[in-house]
Amino acid sequence: MNAKIKVLTPTGAIGTGFPREAFEKALLECPDVIAMDAGSTDSGPHYLGTGTTKSSASILRAELRVFMQAREKLGIPLIIGSCGTCGSDAGVDLMRGLCEEVAAELGQTVRIAGIYSEQPASVVKTALWEKRIKPLQLDFIDDALVDRCSRIVALMGVEPFIHALEEGADIILAGRSTDTAVMASLPIMRGGHPGAAWHAGKILECGASCTTTPAQAVVMATIDETGFTIEAIGEGARLTPRSVMAHMLYENSNPYVLVEPGGVLDVEGAVYTAIGERTVRVEGSIWKPSEDYTVKLEGAAPCGFQSVVMSIVRDTEYLERFDEWLACLDAVMRQRIEKHLNIGSGDYDLQFRAIGRNAALGEFESRSATPVEIGVMAMATSATAERTKDIVALLNPYLLHFPLPGDKDLPTHAFPFSPASMDRGVVYEFVLSHVMVVANPLAPFRFDMKTIEAA
Amino acid sequence: MNTMEALGYEIRSKNAGPFSLTIDVFCQDSDVFARLAAEPKLQAPAIARLFRRSVESISVFRIEALNVIKISLPRPVIQGALQDRDMHGAQWAFMVRDALLAAEQSSD
Repeated sequence: MNAKIKVLTPTGAIGTGFPREAFEKALLECPDVIAMDAGSTDSGPHYLGTGTTKSSASILRAELRVFMQAREKLGIPLIIGSCGTCGSDAGVDLMRGLCEEVAAELGQTVRIAGIYSEQPASVVKTALWEKRIKPLQLDFIDDALVDRCSRIVALMGVEPFIHALEEGADIILAGRSTDTAVMASLPIMRGGHPGAAWHAGKILECGASCTTTPAQAVVMATIDETGFTIEAIGEGARLTPRSVMAHMLYENSNPYVLVEPGGVLDVEGAVYTAIGERTVRVEGSIWKPSEDYTVKLEGAAPCGFQSVVMSIVRDTEYLERFDEWLACLDAVMRQRIEKHLNIGSGDYDLQFRAIGRNAALGEFESRSATPVEIGVMAMATSATAERTKDIVALLNPYLLHFPLPGDKDLPTHAFPFSPASMDRGVVYEFVLSHVMVVANPLAPFRFDMKTIEAA
Repeated sequence: MNTMEALGYEIRSKNAGPFSLTIDVFCQDSDVFARLAAEPKLQAPAIARLFRRSVESISVFRIEALNVIKISLPRPVIQGALQDRDMHGAQWAFMVRDALLAAEQSSD
């Protein structure tokens, strides 16, 4: 057993940039693994719905090249979780393709593991029949909902990473994973303190966000048998017990407890001690294995074809009587749409967002003021592309010319572009917040190992 | 204005996954923390009324070591749903801040 395992996380997500000098400096400290993730649900359901990646392939490739060079030089594994923003199979394949290209370019011989986390509907339905699906924040689930999902992924814990490492993987490109598991896997495999390994994983997951100098630092955690030490590396890089502890708050509803596949991390009793200006020691984190091994499921389902039309209203009287104007426009449009297309109010979704008034908070907005102008964004969604196109065609002249009640002159509002509408294609929604109980932590995931030989 | 310097606290909100919202109130020191920890507008019933959720669904953590009050609740709208207006949930923090400012003004 290796007494101290060093995990280097150069960035909160590959494709978003990292301080190159700090990374090179960290390599001098001989990390045991370079680990990071490539996605989250934070960008919304579009990515999981379509299986596509937010980052540009050329930027991913350029960063991957730097990490692959460093990995080979030190002879250590490189682990990237949640490939392709949403962890889709296509996201893993995208990263594998880039990785193979770069390996050929650099003349590297590398063993690459792809770990796939998409779940066929049949697997989830079987689990549902066997009562192995438990609700988290959403109760409802049935076969029809599972079938509606265009894609379901399961979030892997440390075991699939450990399996790939034991099979000799130099580079692991994984589908959807918990942020923490990506970083915790090698320390746990080598016998590091499990509470410390998971806690270090959580602190590392957003890269240098846990430092007071996020723009100029990379972070490295050293996990041992009793705890971990976290270090900010880079010119002027600093972290404090407060900045480290505060990261437990980040995107986390409970600051002390983190539920992971196979157990729960409890950091309520953790003690954070500064060792100089850029290192903090953490002890007292507890890992409590759970009775059932569960993996969280994420699923996105299509909810229609959407188009958006935007118009800008500037006339002073219109701004002063804006609510009245918008209420009239809304009523007139619904009437016209339902009459002309011979449909009911449940056959489409139409919303107006008044930018400059309450677009971000809607009915929760408590502030009011008369702005210089208001952007009126009409969003139309329906089950077919044709119907949405029809609705947008009806909206177009009204958004351009709709008058205030009693106004005899026909106004012309501002359309910022031609065509005035933007077709957003199919839009998706997150519909699953459930866990699946599994007998074997590897069972929901598929492995594809391949050694690329240098030419 | 309305920065940490002007008010002695800063409020941020963020998704905690697509279904939860978490609001962090960072206080500049233990005095501000003590005052805000006791502030009715930052207790579960007021937050429940503000966001139109049940009191039982609101969790409030008072983290003395960080001078932080953390409030978590079900997201008022599921992230990315047709009705969602703010993909990252950061604007809801302003509701809490406005409610707090209004309470402070009325008590002045």
